[in-house]
Amino acid sequence: MVTLIDLPVGKKGIIKAINGGHNLLQKLDNMGIRSGTEITKISRQWNKGPVTIRFGNNEIAIGHGMAGKIMIELI
Amino acid sequence: MGKSVIFNRLTGVDVISSNYPGTTIDYTKGYLNIHGERAELIDVPGTYSLEPTCKAEEIAVEMLKDGDIFINVVDATNLERSLNLTLQLIRYKKPLLVALNLFDETQHIGIYINTEKLQQILGVPCIPTCALTGEGIKGLVSKINDACTSDFIFNNSQRWNEIGKIIDEVQEIKHKHHTFSEKLRDASIKPLTGIPILILVLLLTFLLIRFIGESLISFVFEPFFEEVWSPIMLSFSELLGKSGFIHDLLIGKLLNGTIDYGQSFGLFTTGLFVPLGAVLPYVFAFFTVLAILEDSGYLPRVAVMTDNIMHRTGLHGLAIIPMLLGFGCNVPGVLATRILESRKEKFIAATLMSVAVPCMALQAMLFGLLGQYGIKGIGIVFGTLIIVWLILGLFLKRIIKGTSPEIFVEIPPYRIPYFKGLIKKIWMRLRWFIKEAVPFVLLGVLIANILYTSGIMQFISRISAPVFNHLLGLPGEASSALIMGFLRKDLAVGMLIPLNMTFKQLVVASVVLSMYFPCVATFTVLLKELGIKDLLKSTTIMILSAFITGSLVNLVLSL
Repeated sequence: MVTLIDLPVGKKGIIKAINGGHNLLQKLDNMGIRSGTEITKISRQWNKGPVTIRFGNNEIAIGHGMAGKIMIELI
Repeated sequence: MGKSVIFNRLTGVDVISSNYPGTTIDYTKGYLNIHGERAELIDVPGTYSLEPTCKAEEIAVEMLKDGDIFINVVDATNLERSLNLTLQLIRYKKPLLVALNLFDETQHIGIYINTEKLQQILGVPCIPTCALTGEGIKGLVSKINDACTSDFIFNNSQRWNEIGKIIDEVQEIKHKHHTFSEKLRDASIKPLTGIPILILVLLLTFLLIRFIGESLISFVFEPFFEEVWSPIMLSFSELLGKSGFIHDLLIGKLLNGTIDYGQSFGLFTTGLFVPLGAVLPYVFAFFTVLAILEDSGYLPRVAVMTDNIMHRTGLHGLAIIPMLLGFGCNVPGVLATRILESRKEKFIAATLMSVAVPCMALQAMLFGLLGQYGIKGIGIVFGTLIIVWLILGLFLKRIIKGTSPEIFVEIPPYRIPYFKGLIKKIWMRLRWFIKEAVPFVLLGVLIANILYTSGIMQFISRISAPVFNHLLGLPGEASSALIMGFLRKDLAVGMLIPLNMTFKQLVVASVVLSMYFPCVATFTVLLKELGIKDLLKSTTIMILSAFITGSLVNLVLSL
């Protein structure tokens, strides 16, 4: 398992865990990001910038700190 | 996305909508006729869930309590995520109907939705719509009376499982090969290609605004004022006897027997020329280009690409959207800071904008004032503002208490802007500009005339002369321009022209004028958004940074 930050760009993975409080979980959940969601990492901005992921027809940018709390299993 | 367009289609009330979520930050009311009965319709800020995570969403949830019928506008291209809200609404046990918006786009990207089946499962009317073109809207209106309370029962804690089951039954996805649009999406969000694209887009934006604005002024507005309006005003001046208080108030002072729109300072000359002849063309150009950027869906990408820089000022990438709006006019810019979550962010964004984001009216006049020196003058002023923006941001991030949340934003697919929608949006904003700007300019001209005639302006110039001379290297008369700048920046720049200042003085005056205070209209909005305490703090920062920067620029240019 790696964090979303360490998942290589272009690779697919399944979200296994989100190490955050209720607020973060809720925020991510509202957008459809939760354990079990299969995602593709599209990009990562330089210098601790946001990570962009795609799943289904969604594309979402996630701040660096939040991305570090999302655990991914590579597939 | 798309609620506001549907709202507009149903009620005819104009609301601004864009191809990114969060455009609606307040609610709008409108009325529509259902079989001869008048019904009130409320456009609520968009939300993904009834468990709110920001202010706009809280407003949305709060407002739901008063509704009799809900129209749930869902993004059909993202049915799975959208149904999350639909199921939560079902639990409210109020008559509901679902508009499957962007339905035309679904087939295009290989998504097939069985509307009949969805309707069966949910037990409420589901109507495919395409709000932009108006398709399906009639069907939606005719079904409002059929809205009903759903009897769909599900285990709320297993909501996502339920949604998954529904999706399996009603939606089929046929895989499509990577399209050009998708390649463009990827290229514009990866730093290696995205940053050059961003720089190119911003450069093009700037050039396009200047090109459109400049062309309109030289080929349409200036000829009109010179060839058509001036002769009328000169005959009028003749009629009024060429002098006297009323003459000077309406026509202003004649220079060498003709009207000089920058300096005459009459209500019918400078008062009309500044907002309509000099500023309006640029405002039009700005809003046109901005509307294209908004509706194409590029702005959220700008937010992602600039997130890093914004972070250094205690903001995150999304704050670039109010900043960009501020380049058009600070008033909508400040209003748009509502998309930011924390008080700290709002304060920093509003202050930085007031200090270092010159609105189009100010920019148009700066081009006029410094244009004769080519890129040099404009370059120094804009360069200074960028540096101030960064340094002040770094500073505010450290001294303002509170949290700076991280960026978390949905990035919509690229869409080709819908022409009618663009025109409408540009027209709404222009109408708004004319309504807001013209009265303030006229008021400014009136006040300036009174202050000059009564000698108050001359008195203020005399007492403030030492400060202006020593700190900024400016003549004392420049203070009257700053006083006028409280009302309107564009008028103030006009007052600097007759002072025959040197290049250095013009640059210093432009910098101070840009920074020290927003116009009165922005100030009112700041008061509403920040509250009196934070506004006073913000104003102190503005004045201090303006005079410090002005003195420094004066020092550097004197070397």
